[in-house]
Amino acid sequence: MNDSPRTAVSNPPTQSMISNLGPGDLVRRSATESLPPPERQLTPVAKLIDVSKCIGCKACQSACVEWNDTTPAIGENVGVYTNPHDLTENMFTLMRFTEWVNPETDSLEWLIRKDGCMHCADPGCLKACPAPGAIVQYTNGIVDFIHENCIGCGYCVKGCPFNIPRISKADHRSYKCTLCSDRVAVGQGPACAKACPTQAIVFGTKEDMKAHAAGRIEDLKSRGYSNAGLYDPPGVGGTHVMYVLHHADKPHIYAGLPDDPRISPIVQTWKGLTKYVGLAAMGLLAAGSVVHGLFARPNRVAPEDEAHAEQLVESPPGGSRETA
Amino acid sequence: MTNAWTDIKNTDLVVVMGGNAAEAHPCGFKWVTEAKAHRGARLIVVDPRYTRTASVADFYAPIRQGTDIAFLLGLIRWCMENDKVQWEYTKAFTNASYIVKDGFGYQDGLFTGYDEEKRDYDRSSWDYVIGEDGYAVTDPTLQHPRCVWNLLKQHVNFYTPEMVERICGTPKEKFLKVAQMIGECSSPTRTMTSMYALGWTQHSHGAQNIRAMAMLQLILGNIGVRGGGMNALRGHSNIQGLTDLGLMSHLLTGYLNMPTEQEADFETYMKSRQFKPLRPGQTSYWQNYRKFMVSFQKAMWGDAATAENDWAYDYLSKLDVPAYDVLRMFELMNAGRVNGYICQGFNPVLAFPNRGKITAGLSKLKFLVTMDPLETETARFWENHGEFNDVDTRAIQTEVFQLPTTCFAEEEGSLTNSGRWLQWHWAGGSPPGEAQHDTWIMAQIFLRMRELYRKEGGAFPDPILNLSWEYHDPNEPEPEELAKEINGRALRDLTDPSDPAKVLVPAGKQVVNFSQLRDDGSTMCGCWIYSGCFNEAGNNMARRDNHDPDETGAYLGWTFAWPLNRRTLYNRASADLQGRPWDPSRKLLEWDGTKWTGYDVPDIAPNAKPGEVGPFIMNQEGVSRLFSRGMMRDGPFPAHMEPFESPVPNVLNPKMRGNPVARIFESDVAQFGTSEEFPYAATSYRLTEHFHYWTKHNRVNASLQPEFFVEISEELAAEKGITLGGWVRVWSKRGSVKAKAVVTKRIRPLRCDGKVVHVIGIPLHWGFVGAAKKGFGPNSLSPFVGEANIETPGYKAFLVNIEPSTPPAGVVA
Repeated sequence: MNDSPRTAVSNPPTQSMISNLGPGDLVRRSATESLPPPERQLTPVAKLIDVSKCIGCKACQSACVEWNDTTPAIGENVGVYTNPHDLTENMFTLMRFTEWVNPETDSLEWLIRKDGCMHCADPGCLKACPAPGAIVQYTNGIVDFIHENCIGCGYCVKGCPFNIPRISKADHRSYKCTLCSDRVAVGQGPACAKACPTQAIVFGTKEDMKAHAAGRIEDLKSRGYSNAGLYDPPGVGGTHVMYVLHHADKPHIYAGLPDDPRISPIVQTWKGLTKYVGLAAMGLLAAGSVVHGLFARPNRVAPEDEAHAEQLVESPPGGSRETA
Repeated sequence: MTNAWTDIKNTDLVVVMGGNAAEAHPCGFKWVTEAKAHRGARLIVVDPRYTRTASVADFYAPIRQGTDIAFLLGLIRWCMENDKVQWEYTKAFTNASYIVKDGFGYQDGLFTGYDEEKRDYDRSSWDYVIGEDGYAVTDPTLQHPRCVWNLLKQHVNFYTPEMVERICGTPKEKFLKVAQMIGECSSPTRTMTSMYALGWTQHSHGAQNIRAMAMLQLILGNIGVRGGGMNALRGHSNIQGLTDLGLMSHLLTGYLNMPTEQEADFETYMKSRQFKPLRPGQTSYWQNYRKFMVSFQKAMWGDAATAENDWAYDYLSKLDVPAYDVLRMFELMNAGRVNGYICQGFNPVLAFPNRGKITAGLSKLKFLVTMDPLETETARFWENHGEFNDVDTRAIQTEVFQLPTTCFAEEEGSLTNSGRWLQWHWAGGSPPGEAQHDTWIMAQIFLRMRELYRKEGGAFPDPILNLSWEYHDPNEPEPEELAKEINGRALRDLTDPSDPAKVLVPAGKQVVNFSQLRDDGSTMCGCWIYSGCFNEAGNNMARRDNHDPDETGAYLGWTFAWPLNRRTLYNRASADLQGRPWDPSRKLLEWDGTKWTGYDVPDIAPNAKPGEVGPFIMNQEGVSRLFSRGMMRDGPFPAHMEPFESPVPNVLNPKMRGNPVARIFESDVAQFGTSEEFPYAATSYRLTEHFHYWTKHNRVNASLQPEFFVEISEELAAEKGITLGGWVRVWSKRGSVKAKAVVTKRIRPLRCDGKVVHVIGIPLHWGFVGAAKKGFGPNSLSPFVGEANIETPGYKAFLVNIEPSTPPAGVVA
């Protein structure tokens, strides 16, 4: 077996396999200062989402629900095709539909973007996280949430430049796309990529995905999309989920995809506060306190902490996000 | 499909019109993305709505629903005028040169022979001039004023780009852009594929929509070639199998016809089915009709079908009307003339038009039997669900028997896909609860009925008592047994006609394919076109060899395609008159001097010389038909017809409503609305997130598209004060529904004949049982009228009104 899978379309072997993502494969671990260096370097992987090939069928959403065994609510229609209406702790990926009239051609374009964790090389969630080992990054690039270590504080939400993690109201832990780390660990690609009928979602090494994207961009340029390009934003060190966009010069038209995502400077300030929040929580646990509701109430960032942090930084956080 | 799903990767241009492949056939649509990604193919979408298919198209043109014929005839006119015709193909492989009878004509939107009283045509003038030699007269120079080509030119002359804009609401420049892209495919080395579905079939003029595109494809030389063809995307994994096996009241299997009352005996029946060639040396394959028919009768009644009793011809019902289609059945139910109904794998309360009439019909039955793996609205039609099913339960006396069946994943058998592939599959699970296979249920009903007939007799018990039922377990015929019966076998030793000592197929052995069937009672075959699917070589449908030499997309070792494992119909037309491929880079077949060779099973006798035998072997002419003679009820050429409920009058004849020969029941006449009362043009469709009325039972699908909605333009929303996500009421002359409003830029008002036409889109996946939110379907609103030739109900173009509304009672806003 390769150290990282090269495709999402192959079928699994019939014999059982051992996971190849272990503690020795971690390159980062939240709130952990003395992480030993990784035992090896796995080949970096990436999921490439070609927005121009996506037909918005939601097979990816369906596959995600099935594989992760989540139970999104049966909601209501609010006048759009985006369902559920936002990412939730039960819906790690979401097709966001945007009706955009191209000012240059006056033609309508229905932009359909599969939203979800971008698996940043420089992950804001992990940097913001005060709970030791709740967020980890593997040498193959996958950023994963280890739920038993999560304290539900919501710092990861604030730290994410893409507004991805969601805190469960049931167990007060944070959830997001894992890039199917449990599948990748045994040589399989993510469930969404496997289910995609048009192969708008492909998976492999980051290098292969960039080469694949180059071919797609060439095709799009031949069809008149002169600004077609790859979305692999440098502000977060590049990502392990990338997009091919027909209008790469304006990512924000795709349901508010950030033009230039960066980790909020606030996150660095929070790092100072984490000790206080984290230790307080652990102190209560250690004392065997029977504070009713500790497990039922999330350890959210207190508004005053947030206000305090904002005062401490010079620049305000990044622009507000829009969705359609 | 003339071609296969896998062949679509070979095309240069995909035209999706009358369908929405990306949404309704997302897995098949992968072949479009293949063609785009690897051949640089372009995709055009023509649709009243900017669909998810349009979202990945290179060009989108809007069109008013129900006006496709005007658009397509406009394209034919444009191609003729701009010399975008594959001339060699058109001259050699179509009936362009055939001379038509003097009596034939067309005026004021009507062809010659119209009888308003009967709502029917006398079609006797719609035919060729037949010469003294008994063959059709032709003029290969196309100079004769009465040749098909010149009549077609005259017929389409009306459909100028300006007229297309006036009728269809498609801006002229968008129409011309489509015409120019399509015109490029008249080159022998460029092909276009047509992908269509119920957007074309579900109109009172549905067959003519398809005819019009087929004619365009013929003059472009795109039929029989790789990446070309007329590709009907069937809406259900085995709906192709349903038609092939003749599950319609006027059909037997393999497109053999059910006899009519006028055909009282077998010789009369066969007299109109001689299929004598209309040109010298042509194949006219239907000349074998008698062999297929006799073999079918032997499959049905075995030894009881003899030469002496005309192969038990009397056992077959004789139709007193053209068909007992679903519309007629519910009409009869309402008239109190149908007392019992067995509803197998169907959900009429959501699937058939004018739901009020459907529910009223079911309420008059003595008994209803439903056979379905899931709970259906039909089985629960008597149950009150507030506004969602507002019936008076106490007033309904119908006794309902719900028989739970297995679903496809719990049974073994074959499914026939759109590309005519019979794909065998194996059971993936055991039936849950009390569920039984449909075959078991049908066998139980049959065995009990036969016993009753045996005991009690009856007016004519013979067809039941003598029905061939030779199964290992009479209680449940096995899938393989049924498949073998469908393939057919020799009942006696079949000997070589030129050497009687030589036995070709010993008695009891499976025939290789339908070429071995005989009309002397020595063979039996359940469905001739499927013959070859399970012969002595084994179950060919179970084959899974995915080798594809030179990557043509043929996959001849994968399952079995009817007929004879042929993947592209009319494939001899992929080569010119000398037998050389039109496009050497996309060779399908070629003539090697003595025989046809290539990547596919030739659709012609292997030694039929090019230039002598025409490629359209099922036709008596050996060529394809731009002029379809008297074979369709509503005209030998397609002509623009408005829907029965249309926002504008027919520009050709303002007095003409709908298809002039479509059947209308007296009781429905008063239920057609006018554009004064119902100003908006409605259409219905499926969404990717759901499959018909099944997946609303599945929590995942239900979460992805939870609630019934209608789609309207921002302009109409503003005009009516409708808000995004707000409740609206939509009503027609026949019913009323409440829905959430999706207000979208993807639907824009059209300007037709000087009038603004607003389109309202109504998806079809909601009802009152299942996991999704309770809702309605478009069939509460749509009219009770069928296609003029085949009675497919029309769901795609009708009139409604709309207003902001409160939620249905009991639903929180």
